[in-house]
Amino acid sequence: MLTIVLKRLALLLPTLIGVTFLAFLLIHLMPGDPIEMLMPERGIDPARHAQLRAELGLDRPLLVQYVRYLGDLATGDLGRSIVTKKPVLEEFATVFPATLELSLAAITLAVLFGVPIGVLAALNRGGPFDYAAMSVSLTGYSMPIFWWGLLLILLFSVQLGWTPVSGRIGVIHDVPPTTGLLLVDSLLEGDGAAFASAAHHLVLPALVLATIPLATVARMTRSSMLEVLNADYIRTARAKGLSPLRVVGLHALRNALIPVVTVVGLAVGVLLAGAILTETVFSWPGVGKWLVDAVSRRDFPVLRGGILLVASTVIAVNLFVDLLYGLLDPRIRRAA
Amino acid sequence: MLGVRSARHRRSPGRSRAAGIGWGTWQSFRSSHGPVLGLAVIGMFTAIALGADWLAPYSASEQFRDAFLAPPAWAEGGSTRFLLGTDPLGRDILSRIIQGAQVSLGIGFVAVLSASVLGVALGLAAGFSRGLVDAVVMRTMDVMLALPSLLLAIVVVAVLGPSLINAAAAVVAVQVPHFVRLTRAAVRAERAKDYVTASRLCGAGPLRLAFCTVLPNCTAPLIVQATLGFSTAVLDLAALGFLGLGAQPPTPEWGTMLADSRGFLLRAWWVVTFPGLAILITVLSFNLLGDGLRDALDPRLRR
Repeated sequence: MLTIVLKRLALLLPTLIGVTFLAFLLIHLMPGDPIEMLMPERGIDPARHAQLRAELGLDRPLLVQYVRYLGDLATGDLGRSIVTKKPVLEEFATVFPATLELSLAAITLAVLFGVPIGVLAALNRGGPFDYAAMSVSLTGYSMPIFWWGLLLILLFSVQLGWTPVSGRIGVIHDVPPTTGLLLVDSLLEGDGAAFASAAHHLVLPALVLATIPLATVARMTRSSMLEVLNADYIRTARAKGLSPLRVVGLHALRNALIPVVTVVGLAVGVLLAGAILTETVFSWPGVGKWLVDAVSRRDFPVLRGGILLVASTVIAVNLFVDLLYGLLDPRIRRAA
Repeated sequence: MLGVRSARHRRSPGRSRAAGIGWGTWQSFRSSHGPVLGLAVIGMFTAIALGADWLAPYSASEQFRDAFLAPPAWAEGGSTRFLLGTDPLGRDILSRIIQGAQVSLGIGFVAVLSASVLGVALGLAAGFSRGLVDAVVMRTMDVMLALPSLLLAIVVVAVLGPSLINAAAAVVAVQVPHFVRLTRAAVRAERAKDYVTASRLCGAGPLRLAFCTVLPNCTAPLIVQATLGFSTAVLDLAALGFLGLGAQPPTPEWGTMLADSRGFLLRAWWVVTFPGLAILITVLSFNLLGDGLRDALDPRLRR
């Protein structure tokens, strides 16, 4: 197992270096003056400008600058936001839990509903349920989720008044951030009202964010279930006289879920990193909204650091899924 | 043209049905309703986009100062003057959606075409040359794939500045890696086959080998990718427009229309409903068509 981990890490190295290089190059690719983009102060006088250029090493060769940038990264220095003047890493740490909470809720919904729907559709192949489930999931898969979010707000928040329109928790609640996940923190505090408020705020965004993964999981479960149900060992299990529930639930599902794990893992990576549209629609203070705001405010250090952090998160999650895959399926472990 | 070429290649040994695009494919494609429906809707939208100037009742930017936020014809207080109602600036929503079809489908088409040409070229280069070229191209693609697609698009727009054309460039950047990977994998699978060796023995140069011998046999997955890519292109363009990073107002782009009228959601449901519906129907049609094409062209990828 250790060799596999090391092998995978070695394969990731070029990608990681590439990502840091991209983040580094960004400042040279962007139109405008790097000093003005990096420095909080505006309208710098020429002498100070030249001094800053030298201080920041912008007059040195590109490669030297890059090595220096890597050195900064190694010490955890990702620069400071131009707008808030706070270190980028610190800002990321405050917005990341919001995205994590939202993504975990969304992926839970997706698996909780997607897997049973996929299994039932596969068992009723060609039947009305299969047809309906697959039509709905293709629609969900094609959904512009920013529009979907607005429609749900219109229905549930405006017409029915069931859910709040935006934010993470009611303003009257004050939960000390232990984990940053409001649902967990409010439980730790034993504050039932805050928990209810946080859950209330979470439902709609989670539903919106879950839409596409749910559709993907349902489709994937169905197709992989269909494949497994045709396998010889399932016929054997049936021939032995096992109950259909045992055959499907125990024998078939275990193997059918292996590709689903990959899909879920990849979805987690994408969700963690983005949820950009959902967060924008619901004013959810997470990573996605943070990055979009950085672009519109031209807060370059945040964008640069944010991209690097997001890409690293995605790479780490993908690696984890890759390894999990090997753990779940001995055939893959041996092949690697 | 494609049909003739693949029919000739079909006799070569070791070839699966996968790459052939001909009568059998059409038969298999036609037998399911979804893809045909998708194709029909795409045809309709294309016709609407091409004839937008004649079909739209009004100009997309014409403001009717007597009719701000007029409801659709069938709703209370609506009139047949504005079938789908008007937006906060008194512009006819139907006209803007019709004109928007031109933007979404037109720019989407250009983006997918550019991405496929660029991606296929890079994929061929990587597939045929081992070593440095392959490594550089593929590692670059890995980096591009490490960023979630919308974030990559946002980075591109942040570098180039928000506009419709730059949003299209962002879509190209998002899609190129998929074409490169697909082409490279297909080339790797084909280049060891006898017919390629035979062609090489007959003195075919590298360019001829790449474009005339190998590429025609890799078209099936590429066509599927291009169709599905079209749906993501339309979706990403709209998403960028919605975030204010794509087409700028007053361009009648569907995502931008949504962003423009978001603040009026509570007062006028129609300003948000119809542009989004147009996006959904278009994306859904391309996904239906893409799924159908995949089933018909490439049984191995059937899902």
